[in-house]
Amino acid sequence: MKILVAVKRVIDYNVQIRVKEDGSGIVTENVKMSTNPPDDNAIEEAVKIKEAGKATEVIAITVGEEKSQETVRKALAVGADRGIHVKAEGIIEPLAVSKILQKIVEKEKPDLVFMGKQAIDDDCNQTGQMLSALLDWPQATFASKIDVKDGKLEVTREIDEGLETIEVNTPAIVTCDLRLNEPRYASLPNIMKAKKKPIEQINASDLGVDITSKIQQIKVEEPPKRQAGIKVSSVAELVQKLKNEAKVI
Amino acid sequence: MGRESMEYDVVIIGGGPSGLATAIRLKQIDPELNVCLLEKASEIGAHILSGNVFETRALDELLPNWKELNSPIKTKVSKEKFLFLGKTKSLSWPTWLLPAVQQNHNNYIISLANLCRWLAEQAEALGVEIFPGFPASEILYNDDGSVKGVATQDMGIDKEGNQKDSYEPGIELLGKVTVFAEGCRGHLGKQLIEKFNLSDGKDPQQYGIGFKEIWEVEEKNHEEGMVTHTAGWPLDNNTYGGSFMYHAENKQVFLGYVIGLDYKNPHLSPFDEFQRFKTHPAIRKIISGGKRISYGARALIEGGLQSLPKMYMPGALLVGCDAGTLNMPKIKGSHTAMKSGMIAAETIIENIKENKNLSNYEEKFKNSWVYKELHAARNVKPSFSWGLILGIIFTGIDQILFKGKLPFTLKHKHADHETLKPANEMPKIEYPKYDNIITFDKTSSVYLTGTNHEDNQPVHLKLKDPNLPINYTLEKFDEPAQRYCPAGVYEVQKENDVNKFVINSQNCIHCKTCDIKEPSQNITWVTPEGSGGPKYGNM
Amino acid sequence: MAVLLIVEHNNKELKAFTLNAATAASQIDSEVHALVIGNNCADAAKAVSELPVVKKVLQVEAVHYENFIAENFAPVIVKLAENYSHIVCSANTFGKNLMPRIAAKLDTSQVSDIIKVVSQDTFIRPIYAGNAFATVKSNDAKKCVTIRPTSFDPCESSGGSAPIENTDAGEEFTTTKFIKREEIKSDRPELGTARVVVSGGRGMQNGDNFKLITAVADKLNAAIGASRAAVDAGYISNDHQVGQTGKVVVPDLYIAVGISGAIQHLAGMKESKVIVAINKDGEAPIFSVADYGLEADLFEALPQFLEELNKLNTIQK
Repeated sequence: MKILVAVKRVIDYNVQIRVKEDGSGIVTENVKMSTNPPDDNAIEEAVKIKEAGKATEVIAITVGEEKSQETVRKALAVGADRGIHVKAEGIIEPLAVSKILQKIVEKEKPDLVFMGKQAIDDDCNQTGQMLSALLDWPQATFASKIDVKDGKLEVTREIDEGLETIEVNTPAIVTCDLRLNEPRYASLPNIMKAKKKPIEQINASDLGVDITSKIQQIKVEEPPKRQAGIKVSSVAELVQKLKNEAKVI
Repeated sequence: MGRESMEYDVVIIGGGPSGLATAIRLKQIDPELNVCLLEKASEIGAHILSGNVFETRALDELLPNWKELNSPIKTKVSKEKFLFLGKTKSLSWPTWLLPAVQQNHNNYIISLANLCRWLAEQAEALGVEIFPGFPASEILYNDDGSVKGVATQDMGIDKEGNQKDSYEPGIELLGKVTVFAEGCRGHLGKQLIEKFNLSDGKDPQQYGIGFKEIWEVEEKNHEEGMVTHTAGWPLDNNTYGGSFMYHAENKQVFLGYVIGLDYKNPHLSPFDEFQRFKTHPAIRKIISGGKRISYGARALIEGGLQSLPKMYMPGALLVGCDAGTLNMPKIKGSHTAMKSGMIAAETIIENIKENKNLSNYEEKFKNSWVYKELHAARNVKPSFSWGLILGIIFTGIDQILFKGKLPFTLKHKHADHETLKPANEMPKIEYPKYDNIITFDKTSSVYLTGTNHEDNQPVHLKLKDPNLPINYTLEKFDEPAQRYCPAGVYEVQKENDVNKFVINSQNCIHCKTCDIKEPSQNITWVTPEGSGGPKYGNM
Repeated sequence: MAVLLIVEHNNKELKAFTLNAATAASQIDSEVHALVIGNNCADAAKAVSELPVVKKVLQVEAVHYENFIAENFAPVIVKLAENYSHIVCSANTFGKNLMPRIAAKLDTSQVSDIIKVVSQDTFIRPIYAGNAFATVKSNDAKKCVTIRPTSFDPCESSGGSAPIENTDAGEEFTTTKFIKREEIKSDRPELGTARVVVSGGRGMQNGDNFKLITAVADKLNAAIGASRAAVDAGYISNDHQVGQTGKVVVPDLYIAVGISGAIQHLAGMKESKVIVAINKDGEAPIFSVADYGLEADLFEALPQFLEELNKLNTIQK
């Protein structure tokens, strides 16, 4: 069984992002970048499945500019076998990413495709579902537990009401929740070994898919600062205001 | 339990200017050498903070074609001012009356973090293996007592010291020579200085705490290339310190403040002095209407030649500010740090190839321009122990008339942790409230640093005596850690009416001030799990 | 053309957020049609027909719709989509799972999690966990939009009487099978989805005092939150932490007790609809974001608060 894992390079979750003054986007120059956190869970799960003898190969793939390769390299350092970097500049919308992944899936023929459930930059939460639509594969989204069975996966999904368990036949797409596992650290010797693992580079333009943006970003701004309200003089007044003015209790 | 080990010709600890210069020089001389460099930050540059007005002298020697290599050295100093601040007034000191060491017209305003990122690219291109996110936590010794290398921090240890599922043991990195380039108050450097008595016969080291904020200012207030330094308000005559304001590219202003850690009043809060400083009309007019986009703080070395320890020992060298090569009157340490690393590299090559002793480092260093600079600068800082006014008068005579060649050397008398007076003998200082426009509190400041440490790990700020802060330091000095820490790590909290010393180690921005200033030397800074700490951008 | 609202329900009742999504749909176009897909879901269809903003209800029934599997839903929606300019659904786990599958089949770039309708093709949506707002314009002919429910008021739930039309079911997608759903029936709602959150900070002074918070939370059916300071001090476990490395919460009502308002905490709760701060220190930063601030000793204020709540005839749950 072959598992393809899609990873994305995003601004590190600890970095306080800054909106560009001209409203054209977010400042990314000289900002610490990292792998999108739930993508780390996706890699970890794939590697665990391989370690359990249920998969033969884990391939990490990313779509993005030259430096996105670092994300694939990190995946290789925690156990992926080889990498693919599809080179593309600028904002690539989830629909375009899923079309690119579709091409790679057709070529690599994996049994499973894993990825994080959502990227912490655009917060779209679309790519996995879109890819499964394009491939007409089952989709097990927001997975917090995966059991690999013969030709099938039993997946526990995090939903608003609690947990849902579904069974999907392979080939299938799984999008991973942060609760799925605890990603391992890349050890120093493994980082060195990862430097020798192959990363295939492909130009997005050579895949024959249209990746032009269909959504125009008109402006990006800071959220409006919340204004201070009023001070109340007593608990009774507070409760009365919550009941009759704010109508929240 | 056995750790894996890896062998290198040279292992370098720290990816700042000195460590990177060492690495580059080594590979330039001998491309066959196996050189690795460890950095505790998540990436090179993420723990680097500096003014910085950069003198290119060392870089000119190291990479003479730096201008063609797309280096982030762009903004030449175009104009310079020195201001004495009173509470509301300011007096401009004519630049021609500044000592030569304080003239910057050939220098550049840069982000040292970005310079380090660029140096790392150069080093990697030469084949240096750079490992960010791996703090060296332990020194390894050979049976004969010489330094054998270092071990990296174990990963995945919980608060109580137990191994988590994600546990990953540290690795031993063994080098024919190990170079310690951790910067000011390196926690391994500190151990080496003690173990090998490297500071014997030297004056106690002197430190300062430096703050820096980056402001994006209005176009009309921005003058790219402009350098301003100030002395005076808000500090009193007896506290050593001053500010810098550098107009960098992209409408950014690097605004900073340095205070000598030999201050005496335990009520003094360096952070609040910096915040208050920004309200001076001469400063406010530049930043008002602008936006603060970065904050950070780091201790720096001020002791100069008198306090510079011996920089070699069996199997290892100290370079840059892990030893203390900063030139205080110049307020510059990057070029001297780099040069010290380059000299180290040359010494190491001779050591490995020709079996020459590492002690040659001393002589090479003495014959270099770094030593001459530091020698000429040596009397400036100690003269300020007489106060700002006498310090300036003496410095004028020493630096302008005698060009640093007075036939005597002033001494540093006390270590910084010895200088605090009891709280009840010193005046309390009432700091103004933060307005959240120009001045800000510590938590919102730390927020800008991107600092985080994995929640569930041992506290990396160790107390030798856990009861001392409440039983002694609070009583005698009103627990100054609450104030000297620039990140709000230390708090004294009342819990059921009992005082409790709280260490918010997650906030730590790795400045090392606590390790230096704690009056009983009760706090020891050790390395947290890799990648922890700030994530500075272009600091 | 009209807007197609995909209704979230449990075959009997509407899920509450459907009302919020209906409001957003009606802001895009007044012609809102609601699509109810399910098994024996006539009650749900009836309920949605009573929403005054809904002009027509489409009901699709089949056994394989019983468990709301997106793979089963998508084909039937894609087929109906040709008559609509917009497909709209709330951005909870149901809509997040379903909508991209529809969008991809329609070759449309989805606009996720909008908080404001600017015009028929332009929307505002949060990015970077709400640290920035992006105004985006969709250039697709057909638009797939998911809606952040808490950013829109629920519409009126009665008074309407839209006609209900039955529509043909699609085929079953056989390689995905529903096994079970475990609704977490805790006595207390989850922090991430609770309508009301009551949070304590270091002002609580110790873990034991959190029982004051618990009592109020019980009364309001609220989740319990905490500041990092309270978690670090060991008063409460870290799964209650709101703010940096903890959770971002957007309840209707957030009550911060003894929390000074470190910026990390504010980042985690400042999108709440109504914020109440109870703190002794009148200068505490939390007051700068609070709609209602009470400067008081929490140890007196919390018991009083409970007492006042007890006096009320009804409390929203």
